[in-house]
Amino acid sequence: MALLQISEPGQSPEPHKHRLAAGIDLGTTNSLVATVRNGIAVCLPDEHGRTMLPSIVQYRADGDVVVGQSAAQAHTTDPKNTILSVKRFMGRGLKDVIHVEAMPYDFVDAEGMVRLRTVQGVRSPVEISAEILRVLGARAEASLGGPLTGVVITVPAYFDEAQRQATKDAAKLAGLNVLRLLNEPTAAAVAYGLDNASEGVYAVYDLGGGTFDLSILKLSRGIFEVLATSGDSALGGDDFDHRLFCWLLDKARIAPPSGEDARRLLMKAREAKELLSVCEEAPVRASLASGEEVSLIVTRDDFARMTEHLVRKTIAPMRKVLRDAGLSADEVKGVVMVGGATRMPHIQRAVADFFGQEPLTNLDPDKVVALGAAIQANILAGNRKDEEWLLLDVIPLSLGLETMGGLVEKVIPRNATLPIARAQEFTTFKDGQTAMAFHVVQGERELVADCRSLARFELRGIPPMAAGAARIRVTFQVDADGLLSVSAREMASGVETSVLVKPSYGLSDDEIADMLKEGIEHAEEDMGARALREQQVEADRVIEATEHALEVDGALLDDGERAKVEAALAALRELRGGVDHAAIRQGIAALGRATDEFAARRMDRSIRTALTGHKVSEIEV
Amino acid sequence: MGVTLTENAARHVENFIAKRGKGLGIRFGVKTSGCSGMAYKLEFVDDKHDEDLIFESHGIKILVDPKSLPYVEGTELDFVREGLNEGFKFNNPNVKDACGCGESFNV
Ligand SMILES: Nc1ncnc2c1ncn2[C@@H]1O[C@H](COP(=O)(O)OP(=O)(O)OP(=O)(O)O)[C@@H](O)[C@H]1O
Ligand SMILES: [Mg+2]
Repeated sequence: MALLQISEPGQSPEPHKHRLAAGIDLGTTNSLVATVRNGIAVCLPDEHGRTMLPSIVQYRADGDVVVGQSAAQAHTTDPKNTILSVKRFMGRGLKDVIHVEAMPYDFVDAEGMVRLRTVQGVRSPVEISAEILRVLGARAEASLGGPLTGVVITVPAYFDEAQRQATKDAAKLAGLNVLRLLNEPTAAAVAYGLDNASEGVYAVYDLGGGTFDLSILKLSRGIFEVLATSGDSALGGDDFDHRLFCWLLDKARIAPPSGEDARRLLMKAREAKELLSVCEEAPVRASLASGEEVSLIVTRDDFARMTEHLVRKTIAPMRKVLRDAGLSADEVKGVVMVGGATRMPHIQRAVADFFGQEPLTNLDPDKVVALGAAIQANILAGNRKDEEWLLLDVIPLSLGLETMGGLVEKVIPRNATLPIARAQEFTTFKDGQTAMAFHVVQGERELVADCRSLARFELRGIPPMAAGAARIRVTFQVDADGLLSVSAREMASGVETSVLVKPSYGLSDDEIADMLKEGIEHAEEDMGARALREQQVEADRVIEATEHALEVDGALLDDGERAKVEAALAALRELRGGVDHAAIRQGIAALGRATDEFAARRMDRSIRTALTGHKVSEIEV
Repeated sequence: MGVTLTENAARHVENFIAKRGKGLGIRFGVKTSGCSGMAYKLEFVDDKHDEDLIFESHGIKILVDPKSLPYVEGTELDFVREGLNEGFKFNNPNVKDACGCGESFNV
């Protein structure tokens, strides 16, 4: 007999129609699954009563795949086949992974995403993550007594297209239907019920094991909008462990150990760190395989001092996110704390100081993201007929297209709310051009070379027309999960092509942060560079057009006239090679004056030709 | 006779209502649908209807609408755990044949 749950008034499901849904927090360090049961979001425990599943996967020689606590035990004995923090590799190439040299894995630098060679063969991060999702999915189905209709999986707000796609692929591989990917901070706000709270602006500060995310959320008239996001995907509790580990080595005067000793000591450091959140001091005792003994006491003050620079690293993104949202700290009504690492008292103090108020910490910071995901999953699965929810997320970096001369034309600006579609019209550059190449980029800078390349595609079969006559409408569409598709359509003929942007690998958050910073720092320089490029492109166009005209219609000029045009042409060629955009502009104008008469004569001739029965598209101007 | 809760079920209901933050009790009844005729309805109660019959069991109010009563009279609700799954189970003396899923039944 099926076990029933208590529904909200008037919301009893039709028999056999209740849709089982779960929210999954697929964390770097720990993962959780939650659901809404009897009207309340709860994290689902395993048969030992543990809700947190360490995000660790071990590939055993006997063919077994072990996930979670049991795999954690193997990570000192079988490091090569025991994969920790696989989230850091999702959608990334080898060169994007930080601290590769310190990792015990056998990396295979495959095209697109990095892969790991294990005793069971080469595995991609997508496959490894799928193992974690499979365990959580099975736990949810066993707990709910039936198959899942769908799940909501959370991702850091900073995840780019490649990382989001990789997460979706992992879910698919695990046999889960993804209702939606949800930004972790947004999920946390949902768990705190901020959507029902009075209106206002809230900040979400999420310091997990490996990532730091900040979001500014605005709530008004039931609409829940993410105003801005920021963060650092290479900052988390792990870095505090690492810092304490180095401090221990230094204090104990021992050389940096390797292998099992290093792991053991790192584990001790982590235990001490967690203890310091509740105690004033923590002992660290370890006997290493090298024969060395470590026996030290760390105080809360010691720890605060040695990790102060890490705490400070979270301050700059706080300033930036407020600036992006156009707000000051005192306009923030509440601050939500998420992630196990926010239990550290000096983190809470720093956040309280920055915002001038005590942050919200009454929900378990480890669970809050999963709980919010569960609430969202329950609604998306259709179990709440009364709720009309709008969750709006934003784009972390502008999306655009390369235009002539390596310039970026932004199509969707940074911080635009999702889902969004924007179209822009482009035209052909040359007469009779029948194909057009598109290069989709992401970033804040003016030049393509300074942005991240996402995809390239081509629109073919454009009917031949004079340069500038074709109207090509390019549409960028980003769905609620933050995934981008781009399509191009020639308006007259209707030829169309599109791509789903599945970039070979993504941007690291450091890169994003750097690109944002550079965008601001180089704004002026970029404007100069942009002006130069624009003039160079224009010069090239004019030079080419003039050369072409001389070639086909040179007979319309006498020698003197021709010499004048050639001189202006040579002068512009010379200027084109320089860096003075104002001079190039003058050169273009001078050539224009020198060819005025020539152009007029050509025009007359063209009209005569047209009148004698030629198609307009064949006329050269 | 009416409808009763086991002590364990009552404790869980109390806990759920506390976490939910409001609620007078639970509503138990049937509605007609499903493969086998009728389905149970188990909901939180925010507003009581005039015609509701109210039973009390271990301090928890159970509201039953008069039309449902003949079908659920004498039912005891229990809260059980089966492996990782947990939820309410009904001991309904009126049931003749339930469909395999247990969500709907005939009387
Ligand atoms: N009591 C504590 N004091 C300090 N740090 C703690 C405490 N409890 C847990 N942590 C730290 O929290 C981190 C794990 O946090 P959490 O489980 O939220 O991360 P995650 O969600 O898996 O990672 P991420 O958000 O980066 O994907 C670890 O670094 C852990 O040591
Ligand atoms: Mg997290």
